[in-house]
Parts: sequence; structure tokens; C-alpha cells
Amino acid sequence: MKPQTAVRIFYLGLVVAASLGFAAPLLWMVSTSLKPLEDVGTSRVALVPVHPERTGQYLWENFYEGRPTFVDEQGVERVGYEGVWTSDNVNFPLFLRNTLIVAVLSVSGMVLSSAIVAYGFAKVRWRGRGVFFAICLATMMVPFPAIMVPSYFLFKWFGWIGTLQPLWVPAWFANAFNVFLLRQFYLQIPEELSDAARIDGLSHWGIFWRIILPLARPALAVVAVFHLTYVWNDFLGPLVFLHHQHNFTLALGLQFYMQQHGGTPWNLLMAATTLTVAPLLILFALTQRFFLPGLATSGLKG
Amino acid sequence: MKRTAAHSDARDGVACGLLWISPWLVGFAVFVAVPIVLSGALSFCEFDGIRRPVFIGLEHWRGLFADPLVWKVLRNTAVYAALALPVGTVLGVAMALLLNQPIPGQTLWRSVVFAPSLLPLVAVGIIWTWMFNARFGLINSALALVGISGPTWLNDASWAMPSVVILGLWSIGHTVVVYLAGLQDVPRELYEASHLDGAGPWSRLWHVTLPMISPAMFFNIVVGLIFVWQIFAAPYVMFPGGGPQRNAYFYTMYVYDQAFAYRRFGYACALSWVQLLIILALTAVAFRSSRHWVHYRGA
Repeated sequence: MKPQTAVRIFYLGLVVAASLGFAAPLLWMVSTSLKPLEDVGTSRVALVPVHPERTGQYLWENFYEGRPTFVDEQGVERVGYEGVWTSDNVNFPLFLRNTLIVAVLSVSGMVLSSAIVAYGFAKVRWRGRGVFFAICLATMMVPFPAIMVPSYFLFKWFGWIGTLQPLWVPAWFANAFNVFLLRQFYLQIPEELSDAARIDGLSHWGIFWRIILPLARPALAVVAVFHLTYVWNDFLGPLVFLHHQHNFTLALGLQFYMQQHGGTPWNLLMAATTLTVAPLLILFALTQRFFLPGLATSGLKG
Repeated sequence: MKRTAAHSDARDGVACGLLWISPWLVGFAVFVAVPIVLSGALSFCEFDGIRRPVFIGLEHWRGLFADPLVWKVLRNTAVYAALALPVGTVLGVAMALLLNQPIPGQTLWRSVVFAPSLLPLVAVGIIWTWMFNARFGLINSALALVGISGPTWLNDASWAMPSVVILGLWSIGHTVVVYLAGLQDVPRELYEASHLDGAGPWSRLWHVTLPMISPAMFFNIVVGLIFVWQIFAAPYVMFPGGGPQRNAYFYTMYVYDQAFAYRRFGYACALSWVQLLIILALTAVAFRSSRHWVHYRGA
């Protein structure tokens, strides 16, 4: 064997081992979510289910229908439980609906407003642009916890507390990170295109709408996907601004579910967690190229 | 940057520019500037959210230094940052170097490493609570297989903090992606030149690769510095009440509790101002230090 091949195999072994480490918690989550309660409390390591042939039945019970009280093989009566989706006191379909409402309103506002603001920083030439851009970047450093208390009272004054508005209205006013990302992308679009359009009599708005926006579609998709994951994951915002279960989002609902159950039926908790993260993982699988090196980070260099 | 700052090629009016950036300007004023000023004002007041705020001068700011819990959460957060950032940087760079090798299934391995950093931190906290479960968790079960009886992790005062660090390391995927992008930019000629100079693999790593990805390291460290001070969701679900001996009680959890559990909004504002100042100071230090170790190509 050539020494180079040996090195390759060594690297491959390391990568596979490390990847297994990174994947283990997720595999553990899925495998627990597919177990009946009585198999969760066994002390053997069981990434593989105890009764693989009944996985379909357990999936249905944990995620959807629940299980009635039953008598097991030893003649012991086992208490039944509610499935995650049909649970009476924690309404996951409603949490999903709320999250989707916030996601649609928030993502569309963020993409549109950031696209406009980035044009002002990249393609409109005006005195003071550099200063304002520096201020815009500096606001990335302001942590949400630093403003959550006054924001709460501000939104209360607006009459927004107890509604979903605090979670999506601010998204219509752009965000420094996304503006930065789009500005870097716009700067790569040759100025000659704008000049030619200007000679043809297009205004700034015409250039933005007909030339820059269509060309920037990939970058806009990156912003959309990034912001969608942000909305899906936000916890502190909903925790501070939402007070009623009927407008909880998934992230907040998941924590509420854990609280309700005191953290014991791990198969159900893992089913609820799987339910919350699955849409994100599917989205990632479909839009991988936006996340892995390439387009998404090409704007970050110098 | 140079071109942006130059005034000579200004062609459009200031009003036109301001109009284009007006969504951000308005949003910044209403949702950032006003709350920050309001927070500063409230930090000098006693405010329970119901009665009118009462001006009490510097009382909160003085009380802050005498509050043992402030020192506790400051210490916890600083310890977390001091553990998670260096270990995360080394692990992140190592993973990027590995994933940059031409090996079969590269995209798959990269996806597996990146995916956890996408997940909601509440979900991450719940998954790891189960991973760390003393009796049935995956970690202690795996340790038992090799004859080690694991600690009780989240219920053990000395293992609470390491548990949060381990969970944080699980989510370094997004930094790995930034390092990978940096690695793709290293010009081949540099490696060839160092090869001709007879440099070994270590010397190449130290003198070529690391300096070339130092801008990526700087970016990740600055972002990391800003975010470790905001760590909240995962410890909040894992350690209701801050964990054993409050060893997993972090700064933002304390601000949240003071405001929304004890309704001491004025005090919470003083606390959050301190947090903002710490973040600004650390970012300034990071930028200062960057001159000595961050190498920009062509600079």
C-alpha cells in the first residue's frame, strides 16, 4: 500500500468517527422517539430498537394517536398516554401554524427590506454612506437581552403583547447582517449594468426592481433561508412577548411541553423534539448548497 | 471600504441615499436606539411594570456590585466563554482541516457536522438533557460498556458547566463552514513554495494554513464572543433554577429572571447595560489584538 493511501484511509477513519460523534445525539433522539415507554427505561444502550418490527406502531402511537391503557405480557397494567400531535393540553398543530405565520410574514419582510437597504449602501452613491454603513454594522453587536426589557414595554404600549406582531413586524425594517450579506453580493454586480440602464432612462427604483433583484435571487434565497432558521429557533423573543398558549411558537411550545411532563416520558419528549427539528433538517437537506462553503460565505471575504 | 468612504464619487443626493436606507433607519431608531436609551433611563429607576417608575439615582448600579449573584453569573459566563471559545476554535479548525481532505462522501460528512448548529437551542437543550441522563442516557450507557460509571452530569455541581460546554461544542458546525471557506481561498502556490523550502506538515500548518485562515478565525471568535454572553435557551431548559449550586446560571438567565420573574425591571436594565458594555469592551479588545495575529492577504 502506498503511504499516501494509508494517510487517506486514516483521514477517512477520523472523519467517520467524528461524524458519528456529531450524529449520535440526533440518532439517539430519533431512536428514543420510536420506542414505547417501557423500553425507554431500560439501562442497556439501545440505539437499535428492542422490537424493530413494531417501529411503525410505536411511531404512530408516540407522534400521533397515543396509546390506550393496556395489560402487558407479564399481566401488568400499563398506563396509556397521549400522542404528541393529538395531545389535549399542548397543541402542537397550533404551535406549528403560529410558527408558519411568523415565518411567512417575517421572512418576506426581511428579504424585501434588506434588499432595498442594501441597494442604498451598494448602488446609490451619496455623501455619508460610509458613516451610516459603519453604524449599521455596529448594531450587530447589540445583543437582544440588552433591549428585551424596554422592548417589552414599547410593544405593550403598541398593544402588541399577546399577539404575534413583536415577532414579525421588526423584520420589515431590515437587519444589519442580511444587509451586509446582500451589499457584498450587489457590489459584485458590474456597475456597467446600472449605467446602461440609466442611459435607457431607468430610475434607481427601476434598476433595483428590474436588474439588481433578478440577478440577486441566489443571495435573496440565502437571506430567506437564514432568516427562516432564525425565526424557527428564536426562543427568548417568544418567551418574553407571548403570554398565551394559543399563540406559542414551536420552540416555546416544546419547552412548555417539557415543563408539562416534568421531563419523564422521554419517548414522547423526543417525538416532540423530532417534530420541531424535522422541518429544519428537511429544509437543510434541500438547500444545502446555501449553507456549505460556496455562495453563502463568498460575501464574507474582505 | 475605501470606495464607500470616498466622497468624491458622490453622485446621488443625501436625501436619495437616506430614502433607500430608511427602512433600516426607522427600524434602528424604534427597535434599537429607543429601547437602549429607555433601558439606560430605567436603570436609574425603581420600576415594577405597574406603578410609574421612580427615580432612585445610582442605587441599582451600586447594588449590582454588592449582589453576590451578579458575581456568580459573571463568573459562570466568563468560565463558559474561556472554555468554549478556545476549545471550540481548536476543534472547529481541526474539523475543517479534516473535512477539507479529498475523501469519499465529503458533502455528507460536512452536512452531518453542520446540521446540529442549525437546530433550535431549546431542542438542543432537551436532547442533551436526555443524552446526559444519569441512568438511561446515551453517554453513561456508553461509558458503562467500557466499565466506567459516569457522573450524574446535570445534577453534579462540578459537571454542570462541562455539560454545557460539551453541548456548545456540538453546535460548532457553522464555524467549521467559515473555516472551510477560508481554506478554499489559500492559494496553491503557497503550499508548493513551502514544499520546495522543505517545510514539514506541522510547519506548513503553522506558517501557511493558520495565518491564511486567521481572518476566518477572527470572524468566528468575534461572533462567538458576542454570542456566549447571550447564552440562554439551552441552560434555561436544562437547568431550571440555574443547576446545582447555581453552577449553570448564566448572565442572560439572571437578567430574564430579575425582569420577568421578580419584576425588578429597573435592576434588570442596569444588568443588561453592564452586559452591553462588556460585549462592546471585549469586541474592542478583539479588534485591537487582531492587528498582531490576523493576516489579510495583500496587506
